[in-house]
Amino acid sequence: MSRLDPGKRVDFGRPVAVVRNRSLSLRLDIRSMLVCIPLLLAALAVAVVSLATGDYEVSVQQVLQAFTGDAPGLAQTIVMEWRLPRVLAALVFGAALGMSGGIFQSMTRNPLGSPDIIGFNTGAYTGALIVMLTVGGSYAGVAAGALVGGVLTALAVYLLAYRRGSQGFRLIIVGIGISAMLAALNHWLILQAELEAALAAAVWGAGSLNGITWEQAAPAAVVVVVVGLATLVVARRMQLLEMGDDAARALGVRAEPTRLLLLILGVALTAAVTAVAGPIAFVALAAPQLARRLTRSAGITLLPSAVMGAFLLVSSDLAAQRLFAPIQLPVGVVTVCIGGIYLVWLLAREARKS
Amino acid sequence: MSLTTAAPQLHAEALTIGYEQRVISENLNVRIPEGKFTVIVGPNACGKSTLLRALARLIKPRSGQVLLDGKSVTSLPAKELARRLGLLPQSSIAPDGITVADLVARGRYPHQKLLRQWSVEDESAVAEAMEATGVSALSGRLVDELSGGQRQRVWVAMVLAQQTPLMLLDEPTTFLDIAHQIELLELFRELNLDKGHTLVAVLHDLNHASRYADHIIAMKDGVVVAEGAPRRRHHRVLGGGSVRDGLQNHR
Repeated sequence: MSRLDPGKRVDFGRPVAVVRNRSLSLRLDIRSMLVCIPLLLAALAVAVVSLATGDYEVSVQQVLQAFTGDAPGLAQTIVMEWRLPRVLAALVFGAALGMSGGIFQSMTRNPLGSPDIIGFNTGAYTGALIVMLTVGGSYAGVAAGALVGGVLTALAVYLLAYRRGSQGFRLIIVGIGISAMLAALNHWLILQAELEAALAAAVWGAGSLNGITWEQAAPAAVVVVVVGLATLVVARRMQLLEMGDDAARALGVRAEPTRLLLLILGVALTAAVTAVAGPIAFVALAAPQLARRLTRSAGITLLPSAVMGAFLLVSSDLAAQRLFAPIQLPVGVVTVCIGGIYLVWLLAREARKS
Repeated sequence: MSLTTAAPQLHAEALTIGYEQRVISENLNVRIPEGKFTVIVGPNACGKSTLLRALARLIKPRSGQVLLDGKSVTSLPAKELARRLGLLPQSSIAPDGITVADLVARGRYPHQKLLRQWSVEDESAVAEAMEATGVSALSGRLVDELSGGQRQRVWVAMVLAQQTPLMLLDEPTTFLDIAHQIELLELFRELNLDKGHTLVAVLHDLNHASRYADHIIAMKDGVVVAEGAPRRRHHRVLGGGSVRDGLQNHR
């Protein structure tokens, strides 16, 4: 066969930009960029609004000055010390949840696959509850309890679902079963507890960014960024696994080790968030699917999922602070409402399709 | 398409394979002739797909080994092996909303690196693979919207884009109507003759096998019962003997 005209481009059925130089060659999807960039800007705009508004109004100009340390004393403290940790946490944690959800949905090939569904959050809650109700609620203790609880639950689900390799649907079914049992245990623990401890536990269980400080936000944010970058490296292998184990292995992907690695990365992303903020529901579930519908991409794409997650959580947190001000809602309450609407829409759509 | 390496040698030595408790084949010795179109035939559950999966290192042998150019396939790094040996699995899942070119481009994975994901070679390999399988015109279409025959061609194009000298095909014609089956077999023949790919296919139909293959491996109950070229040794291998009757009776 004659060599093809080098100027001839493969038609992908959607606009792509090709970047090639000596050390780099990439194919970028234009539509994904047209979704991601405005969405990121929108998330940042919401972040600025969150920094500027509240009991003490700061002008947008002062917010920007605060970043360079030039704002007047009080505004500087309010923006940088009080509000920024929370807003930054919302952005970073939202991105982490979006990515984590994307990983689980890709692995299970199911839009309902998410860390909430496979029992991680319920397990984290169990761990946190046991710490709160036995040794009392120091911040670090609760975070450690949540981590141990979540990771143990994920491990149990993986092992119980394992039979000659872990299959997506079994992960979901086993996860739902384990979640239901742990949820019952959680209820029992709360009913046993003193009223005050039970109230604190219930607030933690809703997932909240209230009163978050740099000491809490910074380490979690570092973990999320490092794990997030590692996840992007594995993302291509993840996409190949969506075609089935045989097809992926034929292309040189080691299926089961890759899946285990993805599971660890997904759990780590959720764990970093949950340890600090409690189980924030539905962002992980909704973000990847909303991103997919906007970008019309094939399968799950992690970067758009992350940007969508950041936008959802920072917006939800703004709503949680302002809707019933001066009452501060836990952000989890808002995401549950958004997620509920989303889930009903998704199920109605799927039902109509079949 | 240029397949720079010499025709590859693939053979199985004293292979014992099975799933969990069940042994399918014991002590199999199979040699795949270089540069030829080999077809493995046999009744359902005779172990033909299992053999193919073992050759493609999708299942680990209990004992014995599969050698590619003298080296055990399990000793090769997964990605390197994927540059030398391609496989069309029995069933693969096309992700929702993927276009033809996007799917075919995934066949380039073993040649790509983190920052080298769409080189000029990648692009021309994808274009050539689509051209060879006759799906260039469908390039921008959604895979979900294609007919069964077209879709199977797209999967073949994906394996072709991998540019492996050796291609294994696991029941590529199942679920297709007869016209599409013939079309696909003609394509394989072309790929073998014009592009020099060594092909190994698992097929159900003995007539198709004897018409298109250079070399037939007939299996029954996990054992290779006959082996050879269909035309030259037609009588000895398949004519009138118990193998053919046995195979036909099973189907």
